[in-house]
Amino acid sequence: MTTVRPPIFDFDDAFFWEGATEQKLLIQRCGECDTLRHPPTPMCAICGSTNNQTTQSAGSGIILTWIVSQHPTEPDAEPRIVILVQLDEGTRIVSNLIDVEPTHDQVLNDKRVEVCFVDYGGTVLPQFRLAGVQS
Amino acid sequence: MSGTRAVIAGIGHTEFSQNSGRSTLQLAAEASRDAIHDAGFSPTEVDGTVTFSMDTNDELALIRTIGVPMLRFCARTRGGGGGASATVQLAAAAVESGQADAILVYRAFNERSAHRFGQPIQANPDPAWNWASPFSLNTPAKVYSLTFQRYMYEFGLTNEDFGRYTVVARDWASTNPNAQFYERPITLQDHQDSRWIVEPILRKLDCCLESDGGVALLITSAERAADHGADAVPILASSAIQLEGGHEMFAYYHEDLCEYPEGRVLGQQLFNQAGITADDIDVAMIYENFSPIVFLQLEAFGFCGRGEASDFIKDGHIGRRGSLPVNTNGGLLGEGYIHGMNNIVEGVRQLRGTSANQISGAEHVLVSAGRSGIILGR
Repeated sequence: MTTVRPPIFDFDDAFFWEGATEQKLLIQRCGECDTLRHPPTPMCAICGSTNNQTTQSAGSGIILTWIVSQHPTEPDAEPRIVILVQLDEGTRIVSNLIDVEPTHDQVLNDKRVEVCFVDYGGTVLPQFRLAGVQS
Repeated sequence: MSGTRAVIAGIGHTEFSQNSGRSTLQLAAEASRDAIHDAGFSPTEVDGTVTFSMDTNDELALIRTIGVPMLRFCARTRGGGGGASATVQLAAAAVESGQADAILVYRAFNERSAHRFGQPIQANPDPAWNWASPFSLNTPAKVYSLTFQRYMYEFGLTNEDFGRYTVVARDWASTNPNAQFYERPITLQDHQDSRWIVEPILRKLDCCLESDGGVALLITSAERAADHGADAVPILASSAIQLEGGHEMFAYYHEDLCEYPEGRVLGQQLFNQAGITADDIDVAMIYENFSPIVFLQLEAFGFCGRGEASDFIKDGHIGRRGSLPVNTNGGLLGEGYIHGMNNIVEGVRQLRGTSANQISGAEHVLVSAGRSGIILGR
């Protein structure tokens, strides 16, 4: 079983992790000028508003870059594929690709992915699967 | 600008090792005394300090240890190793504005025998790690590899390409008695035989050498250095670049994942300030926590074109008799990792003519920490 380091909730990003527990991938959205931003910040850098809202991402995007994460001296730790996703809404997010063998000898760059949610011992994380693949 | 020109008048360092066997304060003190004496100064003349925000040696503890009676300027850099050259920028700004006359720059740690930067983080050091560590990005090697992978994919590189940098660095280190890998050159096969850290991106020999040690510099005005008989090296340019969307570790949010934008802007700033171009650089000291970061910086500074660093290195440009010798001390993976500060020492030595791997006639040396940099010159 994969164990994860839980995130630290704080004022500026608690909404994201709470959204994940409700199976929602939330992107911060400026309540004034609608600019999307991730990682979250407490103020819109475009218009200066602190009216911070969210929008629910459709959860689709492409893999920009990826690695197989496995600590070289802890061979029993579960290897995971780490991906940087460019969401169709325009923001980027680091996550994991699941239901794909964590081997390095494949090409995952530019593949389309869709979000899903996984509960890792009480920590719910947005994760991704290759688009069109059912679990 | 006033007539005051800041110079590096003194350099000092401890041995670089895997286990110093003494406190970081002692390492800082030994390196500091070395640098002050090298400049021909007395500790009583020091009136300012600069170190890293990450350094654990308090300024007051240090001055009590080495005998500095009064400070009127203290500053610390932001971030980690990316700020190495910013120490010189801060010190030069203070000297040139008259805020202080003689600034001691220091950095010391037991980064191998005590807290090792390469180990998995135990707690999120800052909120930005929320967007990495829950997803298993918990070491610098993994964090950086996530951008290096795209660079490799885009330009068709393999780990062997990175290995060619390491072979050159280890060649320089092999003839530098200060280097931890003195007299231990490697072949590309040795590199390829080292174990994977993040397969297929980084092997062990692509990683900097976690080290114990201390480095210090004494920065003052050209006039004062001359009065003390110091073999001073002028600071022709200094800058530190932070860009919106950037982060010390997570370079994931800039549009182009295959370039180092802070380095590109840094190069422009430095070359403009010094009134020279990339072609005028005789030796480049380039911060490398991991070998691929050298590739990105060579391209960012315009030493070669986008995606061309691999061929630039393969063609021998950065080694002995190359057009641009790089990291002539062996770099952070050959000499030791004192958070980039040992590369500044080597830059000074090249211009004094005292490097173990002296490049004859060196007039301009770039010392880049990626997001901060200096040009030293004669």
